[in-house]
Amino acid sequence: MTKPHAIVIGAGFTGVAIAYDLAQRGFRVSVVERGPIANGTSGRTHGLLHSGARYAVNDQESAIECIQENIILRRIVPDAIEPNGGLFVAVQEEDLAYRDKFIEGCAACGIPIRELTPQEALRLEPNLNPRLLTAFTVPDATFDPLRLALAFAASAKAGGAQFYLYTDVVDLLRDGRGNVCGVKAWNRAADRRFDLLAEVVVNATGAWVGQITAMAGIQVPIAPTPGVMVAYDRRLTQRAINLLNEPGDGDIVLPQRRMMVVGTTSFTIEDPDYVPVYEDHVALMMERGSALIPALRQTRERGAYMATRPLIGGTAPGRSISRTFKAYDHAETDGIDGLVTITGGKATTLRLMAEKTVDVICRKFGMDVPCRTAETPLLSYRKFYL
Amino acid sequence: MSDEKWTVTFIVFRKKDEQPVRYDTFTLEVSPNEYVLDAVERIWAFHDRSLVFAHACHHSTCGACGMRVNGVERLTCITPIREVTRNGGTVRVEPLRNFPVVSDLAVDMSRLYQAMDVVHAQAVHPLDAAPLEGDGIRPPRQVPQPEEEGEFLRLADCIECGLCVSACPVAGTDPAYLGPAALAGAQLQSIARNPDLLSVVDCAEGVWRCHSAYECTAVCPSNVQPGWRIMDLRRQVVAQRIKALLGQR
Repeated sequence: MTKPHAIVIGAGFTGVAIAYDLAQRGFRVSVVERGPIANGTSGRTHGLLHSGARYAVNDQESAIECIQENIILRRIVPDAIEPNGGLFVAVQEEDLAYRDKFIEGCAACGIPIRELTPQEALRLEPNLNPRLLTAFTVPDATFDPLRLALAFAASAKAGGAQFYLYTDVVDLLRDGRGNVCGVKAWNRAADRRFDLLAEVVVNATGAWVGQITAMAGIQVPIAPTPGVMVAYDRRLTQRAINLLNEPGDGDIVLPQRRMMVVGTTSFTIEDPDYVPVYEDHVALMMERGSALIPALRQTRERGAYMATRPLIGGTAPGRSISRTFKAYDHAETDGIDGLVTITGGKATTLRLMAEKTVDVICRKFGMDVPCRTAETPLLSYRKFYL
Repeated sequence: MSDEKWTVTFIVFRKKDEQPVRYDTFTLEVSPNEYVLDAVERIWAFHDRSLVFAHACHHSTCGACGMRVNGVERLTCITPIREVTRNGGTVRVEPLRNFPVVSDLAVDMSRLYQAMDVVHAQAVHPLDAAPLEGDGIRPPRQVPQPEEEGEFLRLADCIECGLCVSACPVAGTDPAYLGPAALAGAQLQSIARNPDLLSVVDCAEGVWRCHSAYECTAVCPSNVQPGWRIMDLRRQVVAQRIKALLGQR
């Protein structure tokens, strides 16, 4: 029996993880991506491998996904992760009002936390605001975004997946009954156009899923929600530092190599292709970040960038939309077969998003193959190029 | 912060498949505080969708967006436009040298990854045990660490961006040369602790091929300073050879 052919559109986190899972479960896989690996939202994440504590009060479904995937990713992609933990820090009286809900939420989601006295916290991280009121350790970590994606891509490639980079999908191919049967592609590197036929097309384009589904006349409820990130040129902590309060602007400060990265803001837009970096957002990151780590004021900006989250929903404003994800089989939702869309979610849950999406695809093909991606360490990211 | 706007002309290297190289010009209104990569991305978004360029993290942790800016290797995501031109000026953007061009501004860096793989360069270092500052030099700051947390790890300084390989005059003439990034990766591991590395670097295509031009150190955006690490690696190699002569290995 020949393997069914699946085309994955998008080589961001979701796309590469799906390509890997599909290849492992017996599909012939082609990945079509208009840029290099992880050039959209995925590359531009701040790099927090969430413990889930951020969502433990308001979005427990996401929080539980995060803690479970956090543990798995530490094991399967060790060469892209700084597994140094994190702290949630209260700096104002109003933050303390969040304390009890936080303890309760983390307990409900199975996230191990430990409360520190301000002295203990300052001993661990001497650059924290010395006026902090309380702090909790959480199992956060930070990751290198490109190398996380490359590790999945390398493993997919080893499983036979073929990558078409710098290749735009310009249209979906339709059969006589209007079902999707492939893509029309434009390789911009060679300036060549070609058709690629497949049994199933997986739309894993994150904030851009609406542009692909529109080619089949389908609307999906997606809210492209950008936020700013600013990198500063000195490393001031070993752990990820979070503000102990409801999720808000500029409340996460991360170490990465010899930098600190502060994020983020949240607003919705129509077209995610280019989002300018607004200077008032950049200024806000310094203001909020230095409330947690005052020494940030003695650093220099090294880079500033926008990343567009693919949030599901549409009507509710950014922060209140759940950070979980959704896979749509358009045969079921729109009567158009051959197209599956996955969107929402977050970097930390990339592997789980792929598992659930490939479960949906396997069901379509009557294949009963279990997912094994949680058990096997990935190849080194360098193997993508070798 | 200001609302200052500059008009800047970008002269961009273009190459598609077998077609001849050409340079296209795009005149943009930019903020001088923006980064060169922002302008390149805007050229793609609003002027020419056929433009091919590599990028991912936009803050110097991934190493994807190395290009030559006005003839000098730069990580474009952290190169402010203010530093490379003036209002009314030009910026010439070209792909890195010493790698095959995939198209336009994107190159195939397999050569670099191959070399990093050969020396088993570590992507993540223990903060205290692995000497990020080189053998015998302590990290800049002792970091307090409670025992129950285990060892701190840190992503390596080298982001494998290829700038050093592009700037290296030797890499330009000898495709088999391991190159500055890989030799720096070997130096960090210390030959004394990883004797298998000796045969990999103690050869004509290894540590002795360097001409001490120090272009690598000049362009490195990530504090690796490959130049002096290669010199230190030579010392490590010689030390091993002397030990071998004295029968200590």
